[in-house]
Amino acid sequence: MSEPLAIDVSGMTKRFGNRTVVDSIDLQVRTGEIFGFLGPNGSGKTTFIRMLCGLLRADGGSGTCLGFDVIGESEQIKRNVGYMTQRFSFYEDLSIRENLDFVARIYGILNRKAAVDASLEKLGLASRGRQLAGQLSGGWKQRLALAACLIHQPRLLLLDEPTAGVDPKARRDFWEQIHELASEGLTVLITTHYMDEAERCHRLGYLAYGQLLAYGTVSEVIRTVGLTTWTVKGPRLAELAGRLRKEPAVAHVAAFGEALHVSGTDAAALEKALSAHRTEAYVWSQVETSLEDVFIHLMGEARDNFS
Amino acid sequence: MGHSTSFSWQRFVALVVKEFTQMQRDRLTFAMMVGIPLMQLMLFGFAINSDPKHLPTAVLLADQGPQARSLVQAIRNSGYYDIVGTVTTQFEADALLDRGEVQFVIHIPADFSRRLWRGEKASVLVEADATDPGATGSAVSTLRALASSALSHDARGPLGGLITPPPRLDLLVHARYNPEAITQFNIVPGLMGVVLTMTMVMITSLAITRERERGTMENLLSMPVRPLEVMTGKIIPYILVGFIQVSLILIASHVIFHVPMAGSLALLYVVTSLFIATNLAVGITFSTVAQNQLQAVQMSFFFFLPSLLLSGFMFPFRGMPVWAQAIGEVFPLTHFLRAVRGIMLKGNGIGVVAGHLWPVAGFMVVVLLIGIKRYRQTLD
Repeated sequence: MSEPLAIDVSGMTKRFGNRTVVDSIDLQVRTGEIFGFLGPNGSGKTTFIRMLCGLLRADGGSGTCLGFDVIGESEQIKRNVGYMTQRFSFYEDLSIRENLDFVARIYGILNRKAAVDASLEKLGLASRGRQLAGQLSGGWKQRLALAACLIHQPRLLLLDEPTAGVDPKARRDFWEQIHELASEGLTVLITTHYMDEAERCHRLGYLAYGQLLAYGTVSEVIRTVGLTTWTVKGPRLAELAGRLRKEPAVAHVAAFGEALHVSGTDAAALEKALSAHRTEAYVWSQVETSLEDVFIHLMGEARDNFS
Repeated sequence: MGHSTSFSWQRFVALVVKEFTQMQRDRLTFAMMVGIPLMQLMLFGFAINSDPKHLPTAVLLADQGPQARSLVQAIRNSGYYDIVGTVTTQFEADALLDRGEVQFVIHIPADFSRRLWRGEKASVLVEADATDPGATGSAVSTLRALASSALSHDARGPLGGLITPPPRLDLLVHARYNPEAITQFNIVPGLMGVVLTMTMVMITSLAITRERERGTMENLLSMPVRPLEVMTGKIIPYILVGFIQVSLILIASHVIFHVPMAGSLALLYVVTSLFIATNLAVGITFSTVAQNQLQAVQMSFFFFLPSLLLSGFMFPFRGMPVWAQAIGEVFPLTHFLRAVRGIMLKGNGIGVVAGHLWPVAGFMVVVLLIGIKRYRQTLD
């Protein structure tokens, strides 16, 4: 690892009352990398991001973000980070231009008008600058929020579920822009629930109940979990799924369109268990485990561990 | 980056510009802030009266005769007057009235007993602080009956036979500051304080909770802004709105109700600035506690209602029981009302007004300390 780390933290912990929401997370994100954060709702993704940019005080942990101390230098971190919140959090009663202008003023950007104009131009909203932000559709709000986060040219972008409620076309445009920014050297930490988005990240972390369960590139994550997956097609899959779930060797069964995905951690045991269900009506085949299989598996396992 | 911890003028301007733009967009709130003063002015033009007792009174007793003393005793026994002292000069009497330490000064002239003795007409002068006519009305009307009964009782004593006709008494009432006992003179200046308390506390407490509720606070906190910048950036636009409200009321009170302006307008605005700042501090402090806008409104009313009821605006302050007066003394509105009435009706100068200002300033300091302690720069 010759390139400098944009984020290098260890033992990050946050408790609300006696509930540990983020439990001793170690994370390294390289400069210029798109790092994806996945995990069910309430797994601590947002809390972790908020700790990184100084919005929440960490109860434990240490490290650096952009070379600044993550606990003591949050002012400097804030200057160099663009944080896009889960919910649209610019002013709906201000116009697009006024929102951008406000952010530009806060960061003390020189030649503010030019910066705002350039940003509007890039957004493709130059003619609609006077429209109120509250009147924009979900996709446009997201673009505005991203533009506002970028106006001070941050070195790290923290995106919390940026594509929730955005149509597929806008999502694809968004990801193209993210990749372009990353190629220019910007580091991006992004949380998402979408598998296709997860696969667009350079590396991933899977978070559940405050703990980082898997971590690495897509293939690394799939490899670490070590699942074997079969698909089965045929009639009355729901009933079959019910029977398969009773098999101890079957870790999880999930419906994918007209097929079931059946996964297990012990390949031999799984194959043995499945043989009982190999009747003529069903077509069985072993497939490569997908990221989605892995996440469904991790989610189920995490719930077992914490229930 | 060394200056990152200090106050930034640029960021402050950014926040002020943003607040003004938002204020301009929010037509309803703006209309409320302009409409409420005018509406209340019309509504409270009709006064609320009551029957206060135990009003502090000073006696300027120039006659030591028995009739004079029994009159003073009768006044004391009536329950309407609490004789808090005696004065010997008109100058002292004026000072007590100006400072609002007494409601009445009763002058009993040197020839009072002698004139009654001779069966001549004796006179008593009552100087009343009539800024709040509701507070003086009933006390003055009982005085007349009181005096004649006290003196005829006296006349039936050992010397009764000497006085053949019933005592003739001339009671002169001198209603100071508001000679025609016009209730509006009292209500209208008071309204200024009421309107400011209501709108300033509520609007500011909403301003910050709204940021939190809409999620924009999270965004604001992730940017390099200091708490002081956020607070002052929010306060300044509303101070200006407060001045608009005060000016509206002053113009209306002059044009519609012909309320006099005996003192200095500049001093009035100085006093008002302090009062506005105090209310804004209360609002901001509420907003650090309130979880949502509804709670902010509830807390504002929790503060506003006792202020309104116990300040002497709704009911004459001296008509309230002692415990209520003690609570009333805590609220800035109580002191602001005294200061405003003092300036507008009595022509009080800075010397007298300062006495009403320090309780307001003290209240503001305490509230601000709580607010700053509670202000969270994080989302914890």
